[in-house]
Amino acid sequence: MTTDKQSGIIYGINGSVVTGKAMRPFKMREMVMVGNKKLIGEIIVLESDEAMIQVYEETEGLTPGEPIISTGSPLSVKLGPGILTNMFDGIQRPLKAMQLISPVFIPDGIGLLSIDSEKLWETHLTVKVGDQLSGGAVYATVPETELIEHRLMVPPHLEGTVVKVKPDGSYNIEETVVVLEDEHSHRHALKLHQIWPVRTPRPVKLRCEPNKPLITGQRIVDLFFPIAKGGTAAIPGSFGTGKTMTQHQLAKWSDAHIIVYIGCGERGNEMTEVIEDFPKLIDPKSGKSLMERTMLIANTSNMPVAAREASIYTGITIAEYYRDMGYDVAMMADSTSRWAEALREISGRLEEMPAEEGYPAYLSSRIAEFYERAGMVETLCEADGSISIIGAVSPAGGDFSEPVTENTKRYVNTFLALDKNLAYARHYPAINWMDSYSGYLGILQEWFQENIAEDVHTLRNKMLNLLFEENKLQEMVMLIGEEALPDGQRWILEVCRLVRLGFLQQNAFDSEDTFVPLEKQYRMLKVIEVLYDQGVDCLKKGIPTTILKNTELFDGIVKMKYTIPNNDLSGITEIEDQIERYYSELIKQYSEQEDV
Amino acid sequence: MRREYLQIDRINGPLIEITDVRDVFYGEVAQIRSRETGEVRIGKVIKLEGDKALIQVFQPTHGLASENSITGFTGNAFTLPMSKNLLGRQFNGIGEPMDGGPQVYSNREVNINGAPINPMSRVYPRNFIQTGISSIDVLMTLIRGQKLPIFSGNGLPHNQLTAQIISQARLGEGSDENFCIIFAAIGVKHDDEHFFRKAFKEAGVMDQVVMFVNYADDPVAERTTTPRCALAAAEYLAFVEGMQVLVVMSDITAYCEGLREISSARDEVPSRKGYPGYMYSDLATLYERAGMIQESKGSITFLPILTMPNDDITHPIPDLTGFITEGQVVLGRELYQRGVYPPIDVLPSLSRLMKDGIGEGYTREDHQDLANQLFASYSKVMEVRDLSQIMGEDDLSELDKSYMEFGRQFEQHFLGQSFTENRTIIESLDLGWSLLTILPKTELTRLSPKLIEKYLPY
Ligand SMILES: Nc1ncnc2c1ncn2[C@@H]1O[C@H](COP(=O)(O)OP(=O)(O)OP(=O)(O)O)[C@@H](O)[C@H]1O
Ligand SMILES: [Mg+2]
Repeated sequence: MTTDKQSGIIYGINGSVVTGKAMRPFKMREMVMVGNKKLIGEIIVLESDEAMIQVYEETEGLTPGEPIISTGSPLSVKLGPGILTNMFDGIQRPLKAMQLISPVFIPDGIGLLSIDSEKLWETHLTVKVGDQLSGGAVYATVPETELIEHRLMVPPHLEGTVVKVKPDGSYNIEETVVVLEDEHSHRHALKLHQIWPVRTPRPVKLRCEPNKPLITGQRIVDLFFPIAKGGTAAIPGSFGTGKTMTQHQLAKWSDAHIIVYIGCGERGNEMTEVIEDFPKLIDPKSGKSLMERTMLIANTSNMPVAAREASIYTGITIAEYYRDMGYDVAMMADSTSRWAEALREISGRLEEMPAEEGYPAYLSSRIAEFYERAGMVETLCEADGSISIIGAVSPAGGDFSEPVTENTKRYVNTFLALDKNLAYARHYPAINWMDSYSGYLGILQEWFQENIAEDVHTLRNKMLNLLFEENKLQEMVMLIGEEALPDGQRWILEVCRLVRLGFLQQNAFDSEDTFVPLEKQYRMLKVIEVLYDQGVDCLKKGIPTTILKNTELFDGIVKMKYTIPNNDLSGITEIEDQIERYYSELIKQYSEQEDV
Repeated sequence: MRREYLQIDRINGPLIEITDVRDVFYGEVAQIRSRETGEVRIGKVIKLEGDKALIQVFQPTHGLASENSITGFTGNAFTLPMSKNLLGRQFNGIGEPMDGGPQVYSNREVNINGAPINPMSRVYPRNFIQTGISSIDVLMTLIRGQKLPIFSGNGLPHNQLTAQIISQARLGEGSDENFCIIFAAIGVKHDDEHFFRKAFKEAGVMDQVVMFVNYADDPVAERTTTPRCALAAAEYLAFVEGMQVLVVMSDITAYCEGLREISSARDEVPSRKGYPGYMYSDLATLYERAGMIQESKGSITFLPILTMPNDDITHPIPDLTGFITEGQVVLGRELYQRGVYPPIDVLPSLSRLMKDGIGEGYTREDHQDLANQLFASYSKVMEVRDLSQIMGEDDLSELDKSYMEFGRQFEQHFLGQSFTENRTIIESLDLGWSLLTILPKTELTRLSPKLIEKYLPY
């Protein structure tokens, strides 16, 4: 054991929390190694001689009196090539490397592992001796995957002149490729990686307005409740309503450059599913496998709870690192409730005073701090980058008034409320259009007008209003039956049924419907509007709803998601023509009858 | 010789506290021997603070006093010996033989807590298991390696349904040689345990069964170890011996009550309904042990049974379970009262693994769409029934009347089947299609014209 490492001793053990004595030389939030097994932990309370440590591994087997060893640094991640396509635990230890130590089960006491330090990367140096570099400047690039160029950046807060540069070549991440001399003539070795403490947000130059949509290919999201690039969204819903499916859909199809997917206290099989499926899925834009832009963090529900608390920070720090390179990053956290529960469990073991439902009083500020790390920014190297955060929320008993949902609602701008009854009826995605909202509509309006159509927003509002109307009418129907309603109202019910079946329902398992380009989304909704308007004209002429409802026409609209290919929308124009023909014919017939 | 302790400082329900301990580790097993009767109780260290150890005792603590026992620490965590000789045997909730047979000998001792499976080492489960029960096979297909709980209520026929699944389901490919059942009874009535024993006998699988039993009148503290003993055995048989293991566990509700009791004895801040805040993580350490791995041909399919207090699906026990398991089979009291067996309430029921284990090459191409259509139509039936209660069935529209009829037929013929009726998946799918003929074709919005053409009988 090296002598310069400080050491304390274990005093008590209570689940994932260990108390240490003789801890005076330690720092708050320092990473430590606990016990003879050298379990990884972090100091979360420091009071004179005593410290409380949350331990990221199984604590069974620890004995009071065993040593606690200082590492001198806070809980950090290693940032460099080798992150993408990999899966890590909550403190960035690669699960693949763990398999070599223990083939099936997660071992403990394996110390700190991180990204592969031996793998050689084809490195291109982009600076020369004499260049002035400051924090965020790119000094080398590496093709990390077929899809993503990894840009190595001078760590924030560092500035200086290049005094040495390696030639282009194959290097591992420990290799020093550039030496920088600062104004005090201190030399700094720049390697193919940097270290960053997870609880400190990485600095940016400027925060900007999130005025572009994160295009997800999911109709109800993109047109009804859009998420901005650099925005925040929450997906709350009780069990089995489709949080994970929606997160997977967004991870697969949204137009971000990088996906950071955190399985936070959820199922092992869901992570395995991503590992098995993503490599086979092809990104529609690049033609490359989706795995090439994805990294995963897995702290499954049965893994140590303290690492669950850390997993969120590990994930967001990695997201920030790629953002700093000038990428749009989308981060999914499934589920933030499990993270909040980890906070609660640790807080309980610390015997802190609980606030609502046993959660600590700082729950709200922690949630806020997390979502505030999202944003559209100008990076230190003056590139545009963004992090969009999409968090699943798992409210106990499906009750949205519980503390985690309530507090999340305060800090996110898009709220996609999943509905048990829709899920029971297998209306997927089970996003309830009455309870969901997006705060980005206004900011994104210009983008939609320029890129899709002048009337996207008016169309959306009109259709959403019809759905609100439908909701009221349905209450009436439950009392008097549909047939007792006046014709105008029955027409609304018919059209809304089309909106629900033909537009809002989207089949994640159908190869055509799983991702739909904005253009088609808009045209699909537009068709229904055309139908509605034509019907209203007919109604004014006194033509009854029963005649307006042409089965063939309606069927064509319900099935257009399957029958009209995403890359050829001529079929939609045909349907529109059919509608016009059918109803003008009707009006003609009807006025002829009147004339007679 | 390790130190022994002659004094207990505090006794509180299942918990005892001993001071001045040395060299004891977190999770270590303790033996508390009565000086009066020689009886030995087993416990486990659940908290250490300096020289104070808090021990959870698995047998009743009554009769213990501050100075009438000797406590020693074994130097071991809670482990059990594992071998294929477990098959056909019966143990109590802490893994001691209770069938009069010998101790199991093996040089392989495993920690009953197990360890989390590395997600990289898992294999995503995709193999369909035919249970012969239409509603399950078509609408919430069971997959080998899945954890699929049965959400029941007091007095509902969950035991019968489970017995039917056990006797009809075939887990092993082709032959069933490599197949076994682990049954964990947690706080169950003697009657229930007899019922299962009889069911195993009738299915002719008794020597392929391992039982871990904690009766309703056995100590509550033992309830927290019963499922762990069972799952340790399951992991061994599946992942070391390569067997197809079905774990049946009843009743998770009793397990959770055990947790609550210990938590409250520890003065922990309770979460909803007095259950501890860590119940989600705790249940996950049971449920997540199901699955399949790359290293072995074996699998653990897990059917936990729980009774929902007051039939309330939002109660923390079913709620937290549903958040961890891969779906649920929900039994409905109303169906049961109307004489439908098995009374499976299909709308809240779900199998999450079904999507990858059905369809062409697994069951039949139409399976997913047909299932969606049946779900959608049956959920419409519920709306129409509400309406008919207000208006009377006679005043319903023709369309609504057809839904009423569909609902009746669906419940009687599709959900309803006898305890011994074993339907093939093809029979079940065809039955689903034949029921859809009751509805107008225009209502079949979940089915493509191609499928309708091919499968809808007219
Ligand atoms: N968009 C969808 N398309 C098709 N099926 C869906 C969709 N969303 C959900 N489902 C169905 O619902 C099931 C449950 O969805 P999912 O696993 O995403 O729920 P969840 O909200 O994450 O639940 P939990 O909180 O328990 O993790 C899926 O297995 C799938 O069968
Ligand atoms: Mg989920």
